[in-house]
Amino acid sequence: MTDFTVLPDHGLSWLEASGDHADIVLSTRVRLARNLQGHAFGPRARVNDREAVLKRFKDSAAQAPSLAGGTLIELPGVALRTRRILLERRLVTRDLLGDDETGPARGTAVHLSGHQPLTVMVNEEDHLRVQSLLSGLRIEEAWRLVDRLDEELGQEMPFAYHQEFGFLTSCPTNVGSGMRASVFMHLPGLVLTKEIGKVLQGLGQVGLTFRGLYGEGSEVVGNFFQVSNQTTLGKTEEDLVDHLDKVVRQVIQYELQARQVLLRDARGVTEDKIWRAYGLLRFARSLSFEELMNLLSGVRLGLSLKLLPGLRVYTLNKMMIFTQPAHLEEAAGRDLPPTESDAHRAAFVRRILAAEGEVSPDDAASDEGEPSDGS
Amino acid sequence: MADLVCDNCGSTEAVVHLTQIVNNQMSTHRLCEKCAAEKGLESAPEPVNFPLTDFLAQMGKDTMSGLDATDESCSFCGLTFADFRETGRLGCPHCYETYGPHLKKLLRRVHGGTQHVGKIYLPPDPTSSELEQRLDGLRRKLGRAVESEDFERAAELRDEIRALEPA
Repeated sequence: MTDFTVLPDHGLSWLEASGDHADIVLSTRVRLARNLQGHAFGPRARVNDREAVLKRFKDSAAQAPSLAGGTLIELPGVALRTRRILLERRLVTRDLLGDDETGPARGTAVHLSGHQPLTVMVNEEDHLRVQSLLSGLRIEEAWRLVDRLDEELGQEMPFAYHQEFGFLTSCPTNVGSGMRASVFMHLPGLVLTKEIGKVLQGLGQVGLTFRGLYGEGSEVVGNFFQVSNQTTLGKTEEDLVDHLDKVVRQVIQYELQARQVLLRDARGVTEDKIWRAYGLLRFARSLSFEELMNLLSGVRLGLSLKLLPGLRVYTLNKMMIFTQPAHLEEAAGRDLPPTESDAHRAAFVRRILAAEGEVSPDDAASDEGEPSDGS
Repeated sequence: MADLVCDNCGSTEAVVHLTQIVNNQMSTHRLCEKCAAEKGLESAPEPVNFPLTDFLAQMGKDTMSGLDATDESCSFCGLTFADFRETGRLGCPHCYETYGPHLKKLLRRVHGGTQHVGKIYLPPDPTSSELEQRLDGLRRKLGRAVESEDFERAAELRDEIRALEPA
């Protein structure tokens, strides 16, 4: 078992619910795709390419102040459940892990930073995927962190760079800056008022793209959306960051307006939905992950609207991560078939909510909850 | 009652609402328990990554087919243009030289242009022209920082420029 305890909050600082609008924007991620000169890209790289890239990265990482005190995890030696935990914590991609049967390819690794929310995936589709993952809406800060690390690594290892095309990447959709900045947003107001379609269409028109919880084609679970820049060539990184920040702030305003509409026109129904969600989470004996996410969406909305006092955004964030299958198995110390997994999930949620103390509808009028309406 | 009809098999017991985003369009389907299970909705969702479908879906189906065919292959990694059309992935940095003219067409379609204007990379042992390009880039950034009154950033950039400028 890999020792996660060396990491701040065990590699989960992005859950801490700090940063702007943390109730609406769960997290901000900025990643840069970088490749080394003289080696084939990930999909065509041979074992000796991948090992050379990893060695070069290790030497460079040792010189990079941003990575000081971190851990390099070479994935081929890591147990399946630990690999799935890394995935569930969004510290690696499925691509990096390979399939469950054959496991990760030789040379694949992830560097988790000691004191910064920075990770570097080695030998994914590109040789390096350098990324920062922060709690709340902090695009500019996430960019600065990743930019600095990129400078540090680029001084040590020669990146593939072209005068016209910029940083060269395996997929031409990433070439140029190699940057993808994305924010993970919770937009129940826009979904419930059926305004979300218009907003999503608008995003497409201003050069942004959106996905469900787990990427293109995946289901929209729990009213969570990922919004990111679509193009990487022909704009400066700062312009892309500014643009995304402005648009996301606009979407937040629309979301807040939609929530006001809900409170004004459908307060009874909205309150009922929220309290039912809380009631189910508090007492259910079996929960699928999808059901949990949808219920958490209702509770999260209730918390934002101060209809559910006494809960913290951090608690809800934590529930999303620790109720995933590999996390539940790790806690149980054994593999869990789906029905057992659902029971363990429900038990975990009940325990966490009980520890937060009783939440009573009668307190809702008072204002003792976490001020978190995002204004 | 319309809400209760499964979109897949037409039975009147739709219990699962599946909302998906494909090609930047959100759609909702109603499914009965059996069809939902067939679509794998009962198992816990795991992150999926279909980079090629993603690429094609975003760019429209004709993105790749509109490209001129070429018999060339990359002298460094051996990737043929047919390989590229099939996977949407280039093989190595040298492919960008080999397929430059063909790629420009694609890049224009995908990104709206071909010229990188972001960070200018300074390799470990820079030549004087690489150094000069980097300095130009930093000076442009400095101009923008001053313009937007981001003086903290401007000071950082000024230090960076000073460190690189030949004495």
